[in-house]
Amino acid sequence: MKKKFRVVIDRERCKGCELCVPLCPRHLLALAPELNARGIHPVSAERPDTCIGCLKCARMCPDAAITIEGHEHA
Amino acid sequence: MAEPRCGYHRPAAMTDVAMHYCAGCGHSLVHKLLAEVLDELGLRERTVGVAPVGCAVFAYFYLNCDIAEAAHGRTPAVATGIKRAAPDRIVFSYQGDGDLAAIGMAETIHAANRGEAITVIFVNNTVYGMTGGQMAPTTLKGQRTATSPLGRQPETMGAPIRMCELLNTLEAPAYIERVALDGYEGVLAAKKALTAAFRTQAEGKGYSFVEILSPCPTHFRRSPQESLKFVGTEMAAQFPVRVFRREGAPVNA
Amino acid sequence: MNTPEPNNAASDSGRVLMMGNEAAGEAAIRAGCRCYFGYPITPQNELTAYMAKHMPAQGRVFIQSESEVAAINMVFGASAAGVRAMTSSSSPGISLKQEGISYLAGCRLPAVIINVQRGGPGLGSIDPSQGDYFQATKGGGHGDYRLIVLAPASVQEMHDMTVQAFALSDVYRVPVMVLADGRVGQMMEPIRLHQGPPPPEPPKPWALTGAKGRPAQNIRSLYVQEGELERHNEVLQACYRLIGEREARLEETETGDCEWLIAAWGTCGRIAKGAVRQARARGIKVGLARPLTLWPFPSARLAELAGRVRGIWVAEMNCGQMLEDVRLAANGVTPTAFSGYPGGRVPTVTDMFKALLAVVNGNHGKGGGAPAPAGAD
Repeated sequence: MKKKFRVVIDRERCKGCELCVPLCPRHLLALAPELNARGIHPVSAERPDTCIGCLKCARMCPDAAITIEGHEHA
Repeated sequence: MAEPRCGYHRPAAMTDVAMHYCAGCGHSLVHKLLAEVLDELGLRERTVGVAPVGCAVFAYFYLNCDIAEAAHGRTPAVATGIKRAAPDRIVFSYQGDGDLAAIGMAETIHAANRGEAITVIFVNNTVYGMTGGQMAPTTLKGQRTATSPLGRQPETMGAPIRMCELLNTLEAPAYIERVALDGYEGVLAAKKALTAAFRTQAEGKGYSFVEILSPCPTHFRRSPQESLKFVGTEMAAQFPVRVFRREGAPVNA
Repeated sequence: MNTPEPNNAASDSGRVLMMGNEAAGEAAIRAGCRCYFGYPITPQNELTAYMAKHMPAQGRVFIQSESEVAAINMVFGASAAGVRAMTSSSSPGISLKQEGISYLAGCRLPAVIINVQRGGPGLGSIDPSQGDYFQATKGGGHGDYRLIVLAPASVQEMHDMTVQAFALSDVYRVPVMVLADGRVGQMMEPIRLHQGPPPPEPPKPWALTGAKGRPAQNIRSLYVQEGELERHNEVLQACYRLIGEREARLEETETGDCEWLIAAWGTCGRIAKGAVRQARARGIKVGLARPLTLWPFPSARLAELAGRVRGIWVAEMNCGQMLEDVRLAANGVTPTAFSGYPGGRVPTVTDMFKALLAVVNGNHGKGGGAPAPAGAD
């Protein structure tokens, strides 16, 4: 069984602190060009399904804005 | 112990309410780590926390456990009352610089001295955040704050107080550790320390104290990333990061 | 020291000689007090010492806290956990507790606080006084809140009112103060101890018992959303109105046909009984109204009595505090004179009788007792 991961960022909880950005080994994270409801550029992930599940970004996020979904598949 | 789910999900011991803290604030991180620990040790349902006055006054909106709001500095006394009234509960006292080391200094020392079986979480960010960045007992020498605009001058303002070292002179405490939120490794270390502290209480081993050197980007006037660096360099130089007491026995530096 | 064993058959059948402070401690134990937190201060140290000895022996909690401030906050914690808790102190220490009392009131937490008053202001003296009436009944702590305040005048009342305090506190979710003084705290009298079970404890669904099988809840007094604190204050006021309707208590002595009324409370009220006896022996028709609750103040009954007499004489061991509530109740319908015995002075029956005579003979301000302060009519 292999595991697949997907990084999901809650754009409204994210405060754009960018503490997650340098931690991603695949460099998936960056500030989005759009603003959230608070007027902040949240972080977004390009190719979220290529997340390897290291969990560093989620663990670092002060606002618990990042969820890493993991599923097993054949 | 709860089975960890695959991936990472916001802990059950956190509510859905988005936290009001500034971007990169140490409180948000500590709330999250605290919630993870309560979940992993299966303690949430018998936990009663005591929230301070300070930036974390709204902790009860973010943590999904019973919480009492204490008067400023009285948190360890309130925690003492709860734990003595209901010893089966897991009781934590969550405090910042002013609450723990200024107005609440007496309560802090005496709860520790009596060895109250509570867990005290000390978020040390060297300033009084909520009220606009005034000097704290832990403000560094030369550090500029709203009430030390020319920098903290020890001759008239005293030097920063090292709380772990102070409490380590007492006989009763079972677990004392200082950690630093200075980056990813620091976050992991803080979680380990909180786990050890709550285990100390859950296993009936007595008083536990975790001092967490934390960033305050707003009053440090630095970016969140730079604030972590300040924690890891200037702050850690004044407040050594290590375990001081484990299982009631001193741990040498 | 003659300390009775609770539920001891010998004390069940008769009376026990006890000191007021100790009688209050024993009452707390019999009322189901699970936690006592206190700090030494004269003249209530016998109470703290009694609790130090008897609470652990009963499997209850005793802590000599690091300060009076810490003690009231420990009470806050224990009460928040759903448990009956008490602290005690004397005037300067009660000043220290004011913040905690405001928080207890704001959080609607039950608690019993015993104040064995001494002379003030400041460090004052260790002698008995009644200088904390304002502090107890008009706040002391910040914000719009009330305490139920009970005023014992005997060792029996120290005991009975402490039991009552726990009952009232739980029923109304309001802190209750037993406002004693160094005289009634340190005197010894034979009393009957509370028999039978403690006053029943109502369910406390608000207590912080851990979020098992229910949503997490909190106990707080901070309400920053618009309108929230106003609504919370309305809830508190509604509770106080209810207490006001139901719980005001007054003891009357010889008021049936009296032409003059003495209003006095606590120890001063007890001494006034001697003055009433002496006056009646001389054919002066004087009666005594002794409030048992200082808050809620028995205004309605005092107003009735005020309407029937030629004059009211208020006597207190202070410079005029209950005096103001008597005047408010009398509402100008009858002249009110005052004699004050502040600074740790306890008047004798003779002192009070002479002062009463001066009032009755229309020359108050001369003769016995302290001169009436400016403003006394």
